[in-house]
Amino acid sequence: MIEFRDIEKSYGDHLVLHELNFSVAKGDRVTLIGPSGSGKTTILRLVMTLEEATDGYIFIDGQPLTHEERGGKRVARSKKDQKDIRKRIGMVFQQFNLFPNMSVLENIIEAPVHVLGQSKAEATTRAMELLEKVGLADKAEQHPTSLSGGQQQRVAIARALALDPEILLLDEVTSALDPEIVGEVLGILRNIAETTDITMLIVTHEMQFARDVSNRVLMFDGGKIVEEAPPSVMFSDPKHQRTKDFLHAVLGDAEGTIGTH
Amino acid sequence: MISITTALDWNWDTTWDVLPTLLSTFLKVTLLVTVLSTLIAALLGLVIAMTLRLAPKPIAVTVKWIANFIRMTPIVVQLLFAYYAFLSLDGITIGILIFGIHYSTYMSEVYRAGIDAVPQGQWEATTALSMSTRRTWTAVIIPQALRATIPALGNYAVSMFKDTPFLLVIGVVEMVNAGLIFGGNTYRYIEPLTLVGIIFLLASYPTSLLIGRLEKRLAFNT
Repeated sequence: MIEFRDIEKSYGDHLVLHELNFSVAKGDRVTLIGPSGSGKTTILRLVMTLEEATDGYIFIDGQPLTHEERGGKRVARSKKDQKDIRKRIGMVFQQFNLFPNMSVLENIIEAPVHVLGQSKAEATTRAMELLEKVGLADKAEQHPTSLSGGQQQRVAIARALALDPEILLLDEVTSALDPEIVGEVLGILRNIAETTDITMLIVTHEMQFARDVSNRVLMFDGGKIVEEAPPSVMFSDPKHQRTKDFLHAVLGDAEGTIGTH
Repeated sequence: MISITTALDWNWDTTWDVLPTLLSTFLKVTLLVTVLSTLIAALLGLVIAMTLRLAPKPIAVTVKWIANFIRMTPIVVQLLFAYYAFLSLDGITIGILIFGIHYSTYMSEVYRAGIDAVPQGQWEATTALSMSTRRTWTAVIIPQALRATIPALGNYAVSMFKDTPFLLVIGVVEMVNAGLIFGGNTYRYIEPLTLVGIIFLLASYPTSLLIGRLEKRLAFNT
């Protein structure tokens, strides 16, 4: 579904990702963990085309995303080609990024109506289903600024799902939320993971969530994957010392592991 | 006996004589020029701001250079230049166009600041939703940028309104000119000019209240 081939990303002299190679199969739920600055978020931003790799290629279902190799050269794909692929990808941001000048409903139907060409009635029906799913059907006419952070993030999730994406990117979606409302957002995402086959790429500091939802965990450090394992192994029996140290630090227990529940 | 005419010689008959003329000039010239010029300036300003942001570099640089040139030269010079360069146009038309163009260069800067103030996350959300460039601007960026720019745009409109007496250099009979003509005929200048000042004040004040209300109406959490 997603393939990273020899991806390099640098800002000036600062190398963020180095010789990154990995693939995500359809329906995979992959969690990226690691210290800040390890390049996890950059990976999501590359897939969403918010940034371009310095070198290398990303393929979505075998199709090059932003650049392709033509006659031995790395050339950018046309904006239109990029956009066609991008429509299949949705993203939820740490800071929600809802449009404050639109109502909750308008936020959700914007892309279905103007990008997918759905009728307003059709998009509204679907939007109300999604709002129902995230428990905010009664907030459809309100403006995002009148909602709490947790509610805004739930709307943002509904907005991303309204495009029926095949790939959903979750970029630290609970990091800006108060601890007591993190659970409600994660609950909704668990539900989506259980009831759909959307491929998910998740950057999170919520290790329990990573354990519950993902089938693969990638540990990043210094722009490289240092360890890859299913969550049951990664969280209870990490091999790499760097992973052990990291998990120990974020989980704050002596073993550096979390139990099943 | 030499009598010195001062404001103390205020003559109420003169006041009532000149008032209708001034009010009708205010409506037919001053207000007309202000409203139409503001519309031109607001639209053209947005076009300039978006050109600077979206157009290919050579075009953007040229537009920027022209805008700077217009902003850095006095409006009186521009009025006189246009008046003699386009003899076929009447004074009011010249006035509306020059005020509109001159102030569009100021308003474009206001828009630019408003566009820059839209958070990066909003742009990223439009990309994540695959929104077209057109929808991105019309549905997200401009509505948000506009909210921040309304007070400053309104202030430029008021300032343009107060600049309308410059029109007398190209022979347009706006309020001040009408007052001067009345003075020339009757040798009474104090009453008309005082009234002109009062009319300007009475018109500016409600306008600034209106700008305040518009600002509230454009707020997002309504």
